[in-house]
Amino acid sequence: MNITFKDETFRDDYTFSNSEEQIKRFPFPFHEDSYMYSVNMEPHAAVRPGSVFENDFDVDEHYVSEMRDRAKVLDEDPLRCQSLPHMTLAGWDLLELIMTSKAKDYPHWFELHRDGKNWHWINHPLNIEQKFIFGDETTLPYGPLEYITRQTQGDFVLLDQREENLWLEAGMVTTQADWSLDFDIGMNFFEWHAPVPLAHEMGIFQRALKFLLNIQQGTPARRLNWTMTANPLLDTSPENYHKWGKQKLEVTRENVGNKMHLRVELQTFFRLPRSNALVFPIRCYLIKLEELVTIPKWGRRFHRVIRDLPEELATYKGFIDNRPKIVEYLSKYDDGQDTSLGIWPE
Amino acid sequence: MTAGTPKINVTVESVTPLNALITRFTFRESCGKDLPAFSGGAHVVVEMDDHGTKRMNPYSLMSDPNDTKRYSITVRRDDEGRGGSLYMHSHVKAGMEMVISTPVNLFSLDLTAKKHLMIAGGIGITPFMSQIHQLTSTRAHFELHYSVRSDALGAYLQELTQSYPKNLHVYRDDQDEQLKLAELLNGQPVGTHVYVCGPKGMIDWVRETAREADWPDSSVHFEEFTAPKSGNAFEVTLHQSNKTISVDRHQSLLEALEASSVEVPYLCRGGACGQCETNVLECDGNIEHNDHWLTDDQRLSKTKIMPCVSRFAGKKLTIER
Repeated sequence: MNITFKDETFRDDYTFSNSEEQIKRFPFPFHEDSYMYSVNMEPHAAVRPGSVFENDFDVDEHYVSEMRDRAKVLDEDPLRCQSLPHMTLAGWDLLELIMTSKAKDYPHWFELHRDGKNWHWINHPLNIEQKFIFGDETTLPYGPLEYITRQTQGDFVLLDQREENLWLEAGMVTTQADWSLDFDIGMNFFEWHAPVPLAHEMGIFQRALKFLLNIQQGTPARRLNWTMTANPLLDTSPENYHKWGKQKLEVTRENVGNKMHLRVELQTFFRLPRSNALVFPIRCYLIKLEELVTIPKWGRRFHRVIRDLPEELATYKGFIDNRPKIVEYLSKYDDGQDTSLGIWPE
Repeated sequence: MTAGTPKINVTVESVTPLNALITRFTFRESCGKDLPAFSGGAHVVVEMDDHGTKRMNPYSLMSDPNDTKRYSITVRRDDEGRGGSLYMHSHVKAGMEMVISTPVNLFSLDLTAKKHLMIAGGIGITPFMSQIHQLTSTRAHFELHYSVRSDALGAYLQELTQSYPKNLHVYRDDQDEQLKLAELLNGQPVGTHVYVCGPKGMIDWVRETAREADWPDSSVHFEEFTAPKSGNAFEVTLHQSNKTISVDRHQSLLEALEASSVEVPYLCRGGACGQCETNVLECDGNIEHNDHWLTDDQRLSKTKIMPCVSRFAGKKLTIER
């Protein structure tokens, strides 16, 4: 893949935008003209060369700038990365998974040379070179989880499995849709999902937990989730709500196409070999409405989805007040034609 | 979900008899690639072509989880069994090509434990071997209480005595040595987790004693795979596949389903993981429930069967497969 890494910002002057190629590979999450919760899991297998589903960990044109933004968030708030003591082994598992995957999938950008426990990692885009001893924290500048996730797009949550439940006990969380690692750390699967409306009554979480507990080594899974964000902010955290919440009030009928973003999370799940923990990478993709509508099928469908979304969901996802402006904007791109099934552009 | 975990082609590197009943088998990846790392307590399913019958038996990995060059399992010969262990003992030789599954762990260490108290009976030592490797590499606190018939029949007794003299406590039947379980459990520091693997009687004993001493269930872990039992042959009607199949004396219902190309999800093949749970649509007769998964109500209602270990006797059984 031939990519130029963009130099852009996700704060202050918000210079973030998607190239034409990046728009075409955006993980549009709606396979039909309406949306309701479901345990929409599928195997995390490679499909469609060039798509975000091609590799275990997608690296795209925003990589270098996203990593710069993460470093800023961590400077201001080191608690965005935490790991309870028993999760260190899972951190090494994750480091191994990411390094081996990236070196295999993007050999021109990442190199991993292993001689027993002596590892040599080279990250060309970020200009990092590190020799270290696998399993020995003192040979890395950070713990294994923080070290590798400062170099990998997306949030990462490590889930310990015990008592037929999953426990959120380590993570790197700087690009989240309004939830807090510092608040949730130590909670089990049902506790951290407590705020989600409707889904409990539908039995979604029992089924989802059962599925996740049975994910095995070598058979990762994935799903897409979505919300909307005013301005291309990666860090929409509760900790910083006082900074970004009010930006929702800046959306007008005139600027909505540029200011409002569909925010899609590619959520994947891998069983980790040495710790038997699960890792839950949550990769955030942003796209402006005006970029999205350049794909005619997506413009039509997104209009119908947002227009018909149940009120509870629009409230939970945080855009109920801006919904009329969004629907009005999108309606201009919906000519009423049929749309084909599936998420891909026509 | 597809049946089982991804397959790995392996070559038998060595076959090492340890005593009259127990043999160790070591595998390497056939193309020389690394094997996946795993966690202490994990098992693999070993596929065997036993004179036309395909057997898939789960065995605990007992090698060092950090060693990605080779896996080892230890198999006790069961002369009364259906033949899986006999096949391993009499037919598997160094250099042979075999197929195993990617490791699955249904007997995982609780890494929040302050201390790991392990109780092994006989061949039940195997999952603890890999767990001890894991705990040693992270300098965790553990104690192993190992019951054997005699020194001669205690697999890995010498190795364990040499490597972990302070952690190991051995109880020999032929010396009338007995584990004083209630006392042992009573003296444990807060935050201790107990793990047991061995004969069913031993597992029940440890669970009962721990319960009587008010240990929380979440601190008591056990590995309870049952090898499928032989029994009388029987017929089963498959509603979805629209056919009737026979299950031979030395075959499990799961194996019979697989032999007729009906794919059923599984992980443990020993009645513990719940993956192969199957709805019963019609039952004129009795289901021999040999699993550890279904509730008593589910058994009495005759609406569910675990094809990996359970059998049927009677006029008609129809299942949703």
